[in-house]
Amino acid sequence: MAAAEKGTWTVKTGLAEMLKGGVIMDVTTPEQAKIAEEAGACAVMALERVPADIRAAGGVARMADPTVILRIMDAVTIPVMAKVRIGHFVEAQILEALGVDYIDESEVLTPADEEFHINKHAFKVPFVCGARNLGEALRRIGEGAAMIRTKGEPGTGNVVEAVRHMRMVMAEIRRLVNLPEEELMTYAKNIQAPYELVLETKKLGRLPVVNFAAGGIATPADAALMMQLGADGIFVGSGIFKSADPMKRARAIVAATTHYNDPHVLAEVSKDLGEAMPGIDIATLSQEQRMQERGW
Amino acid sequence: MLVGVLALQGAFREHIEKLEACGARGREVRKPRELEGVEALIIPGGESTAIGRLMVEFSLLEPIRRRGEQGMPIWGTCAGMVLLAKDIIDSQQTRLSLMDMKVRRNAFGRQVDSFETDLSIPPLGSEPFRGVFIRAPYAEEVGPGVEVLAAVDGKIVAARQGKLLATAFHPELTGDLRFHQYFLKNAQ
Repeated sequence: MAAAEKGTWTVKTGLAEMLKGGVIMDVTTPEQAKIAEEAGACAVMALERVPADIRAAGGVARMADPTVILRIMDAVTIPVMAKVRIGHFVEAQILEALGVDYIDESEVLTPADEEFHINKHAFKVPFVCGARNLGEALRRIGEGAAMIRTKGEPGTGNVVEAVRHMRMVMAEIRRLVNLPEEELMTYAKNIQAPYELVLETKKLGRLPVVNFAAGGIATPADAALMMQLGADGIFVGSGIFKSADPMKRARAIVAATTHYNDPHVLAEVSKDLGEAMPGIDIATLSQEQRMQERGW
Repeated sequence: MLVGVLALQGAFREHIEKLEACGARGREVRKPRELEGVEALIIPGGESTAIGRLMVEFSLLEPIRRRGEQGMPIWGTCAGMVLLAKDIIDSQQTRLSLMDMKVRRNAFGRQVDSFETDLSIPPLGSEPFRGVFIRAPYAEEVGPGVEVLAAVDGKIVAARQGKLLATAFHPELTGDLRFHQYFLKNAQ
């Protein structure tokens, strides 16, 4: 056969395309990973602690121990993602060497660099990054992110920030689509985004890569809300394994993400789920406690 | 022709865009009643365990299997190929068991081993077809009624059994319509 090319942009963005309409669940043990897979997760995020526990523990949050990640990779056949600190390209080299399927350069962990994100083009493994608005999303794509997610406010069980970020990105894209050509360079300058990616977004009428919702999703209704607002899929962090009945809630969120436009299915799957994770009012978080402020 | 695309999870939007570019009509299928009137079906790439689970939960597995047995053309890409197979190595997962082949999941390795390459697919003509393989399966063996359409290093990555088609790669992620046209022609 002709030479096989690995790590191409098509292959990196292609995996994200395959995850669409699905739910990616945070897990900390092989047992949780199996529950997630059986419930219909399209991928898992391997972590030492879910965001709610990271928030509670304080201190510096880092990449998980490779042993934790490898055990989870052994336990399931679906893709396994893992997080690195913003700017920590050596943690990313380690995860690539372990063979993880996607790297999340994540504000949930403590940033390692307060000026620069990772040059994600330098890797064969694809990256997902968080964004609160179009400019931030296109800067990350410019650095090589093959998938975007809203930042939301992780570990809160409160969907309000994910809604804010998804609405912001969608509103900015709608505005961009209607701008005349002569305004595009200034628009790119104002949102601090690469000009070529601004042009591509205008042409497509959507982000050039898959855009998931993350950060505070705790119920099937939350998942369907984000899908109706235009998300391509859902990350659920603390929302599943901090709830009373993880398997039931995981299945319900998966079903709600597929049938997000069908209120009858949503009503059915929302029944008798037991206690959701306890939530946090964003207004009670100080500026330093807001993970979404990390990254630039 | 009205072609259903199973829209439980995965890359269903791209298939519908390609079908429409070929002059067919595409319909997202999430429930049994959405199968009514559909003349052919595509099962897209995605996660085969997730799609299989949702097929059971939303009562699509048996109706699709029945329609397939009655001769409805079905094309499975990647996860769809896995779901069409009778045998899945080392797995008890839900499947349609319509095509007589033994497939291995994630057979080329994990995401870092995902690749693209030019394929020779005789029914599509002499121009090579760009194969995009993402954590792709392949068929280790196929039964006597199954025609092999393409292989990579001897591993079967495209096959046909009557009106049923399976590809380990993703024609919907390329700009090339030839495989969709081939499916539609074969479905007539």
